[in-house]
Amino acid sequence: MKKQRFWPIMMILLGAIYFLLPLFATFEFSLRERRGEYSFDSYNYVLSDPQFRDSFVYSVALALATIVVSLILIVPTAFWVHLKLPQLRPVIEFITLLPFVIPPIVLVFGLIRIYSRPPIVLVSTPALLVAGYVVLSFPYMYRAVDTGLRAIDVRSLTEAAQSLGASWLTILFRVIFPNLRVSLLNGAFLTFAIVLGEFTMATMLNWPTFGPYLALIGQNRAYEPAALAIISFGLTWICIGLIQLLSRGSQEQGQLAGTR
Amino acid sequence: MSFLELINIRKSFGATAAVEHFNLQAEKGEFISFLGSSGCGKTTTLRMIAGFEQPTEGEIRVGGVNITNQPPNRRQIGMVFQSYALFPNMTVADNIGFGLRVVGKPATKIRSRVEEMLHLVDLPALGRRYPHQLSGGQQQRVALARALAIEPRLLLLDEPLSALDAKIRISLRNELRAIQQRLGITTIYVTHDQEEALSLSDRIVVMSKGRIEQIGTPFEIYNYPSTSFVASFVGTLNILSAKVINADKGELEIAGHHVYTAEPLNHHSGVDISVAVRPENLEIGSNLVESHNTIPVSINQVSFLGAVVRVRLQLADKTLEMDIFNSRHLKLPEVGTEIQVSFPKEACLVLKGS
Repeated sequence: MKKQRFWPIMMILLGAIYFLLPLFATFEFSLRERRGEYSFDSYNYVLSDPQFRDSFVYSVALALATIVVSLILIVPTAFWVHLKLPQLRPVIEFITLLPFVIPPIVLVFGLIRIYSRPPIVLVSTPALLVAGYVVLSFPYMYRAVDTGLRAIDVRSLTEAAQSLGASWLTILFRVIFPNLRVSLLNGAFLTFAIVLGEFTMATMLNWPTFGPYLALIGQNRAYEPAALAIISFGLTWICIGLIQLLSRGSQEQGQLAGTR
Repeated sequence: MSFLELINIRKSFGATAAVEHFNLQAEKGEFISFLGSSGCGKTTTLRMIAGFEQPTEGEIRVGGVNITNQPPNRRQIGMVFQSYALFPNMTVADNIGFGLRVVGKPATKIRSRVEEMLHLVDLPALGRRYPHQLSGGQQQRVALARALAIEPRLLLLDEPLSALDAKIRISLRNELRAIQQRLGITTIYVTHDQEEALSLSDRIVVMSKGRIEQIGTPFEIYNYPSTSFVASFVGTLNILSAKVINADKGELEIAGHHVYTAEPLNHHSGVDISVAVRPENLEIGSNLVESHNTIPVSINQVSFLGAVVRVRLQLADKTLEMDIFNSRHLKLPEVGTEIQVSFPKEACLVLKGS
């Protein structure tokens, strides 16, 4: 009996060490600011740095704007494709996967070229950065919404709502959005993570977001980048924890229907 | 003028015609079933009435008004889906009240109507529950209540009971019929289950391959099927091949025995045709009456089905099924014995297209 459990436990142990050891090493390194003893000095430095606060808040604001725009763009599109234009689905999927193929640096150069001269001049506003971020969020947002739509039998729900007299707007906001809550949250948190860590576009367009701040710290300080890495991990874990918390309420509200 | 009229409806997807030559006149308060196997076009036709599909040709009229081009959310039609399609994010009460909220009825009116509906479908205490907390049968009742809450002119049901188990199906369908009759609402019911169609409907539309085979009352469909499809789809049939001996006298020869039909035949002598006899029309014993045919068979198998005893008989190389009512004093001959069975002449159905 015991022999059968040896190898699985061994595998888990090895996997855990593989993931946790670098994390632990980083944490340990971040505590070494003060010579000779462990301290949280590097964390104090980072957290009391006004630049940290400013760039972080700025990135959060951009992230929220990106999420809102992305939702308004993606959800009706995915809904319409799902319901009325299934033949367009491969095309839309290809488009939403382009950010994986085209590096952000190509994207940002393209944006600068087009929007730095009349008729549309946007390089001087952060709106351009948000637009770029919306494009970067496409794959995650679309996939999350598409998965959510598949799970809830959109067609029947829409038709039921229509037979009861609902308009398209009512259907979207009273039936579709509420039932996609978990998928939308997933997409939103992924977008949040991407925007927060994004470096290339923010640097090229010259906006004081969190990404460039991370790079700056990395160039000038030794222990603070490690502290920042740990703080980022902490933030990510909090985000995932929140997703779990908020999605637990609707776990039972999954697919409920008869046969098809 | 009928309440619901479908006039020359045709629906083609590309080159294939899913529905064609569909004509129906339904009176107010009628319960009509569309009966047929999968792919016969019954659901497509229902969806055209609801507005989810556009007919390629033809007109749909409700109360004399042409609604063919009206969007589904303006037709005042209640629909119950096979998958229930209850909104998972809303309580039962909110689901039922959805149609009323959408048109902006006052909250007090909505609440009383929801109460009324909950009582109608016999779920008075379940208003605050969520759909996932209900059983299949309860969910279907909520779906029905939701469709009826808006006081629709028509009620459309798309195989609403096929996801439920047999006992609940039977009790729920009877309740459905009772509610429908009480409200007097014109209803179209799509099903592939002939027992459902026969027991619930005022009239049945039997469909096959996109066309109507026959429209009639359950009695007419069962006892006077007008095509061989209807005869073999509805109820069980014993189909036999026969040779015409004398068309005027309705004389046929089946496996060497002479058998007579009630009506003269439309065929020439010497032609092979198919005839059919319902299992319940066969009886044991040689009924030497003018109106009956008698043939000798041997018993293959006896199956006790409860109220009905099904006996499998052998006539030359053909097997027949005979249904007799159970009785405590029933004594059946043993398997293997040769007996005589008889059936009335009218029970010998000539199948068209044979």
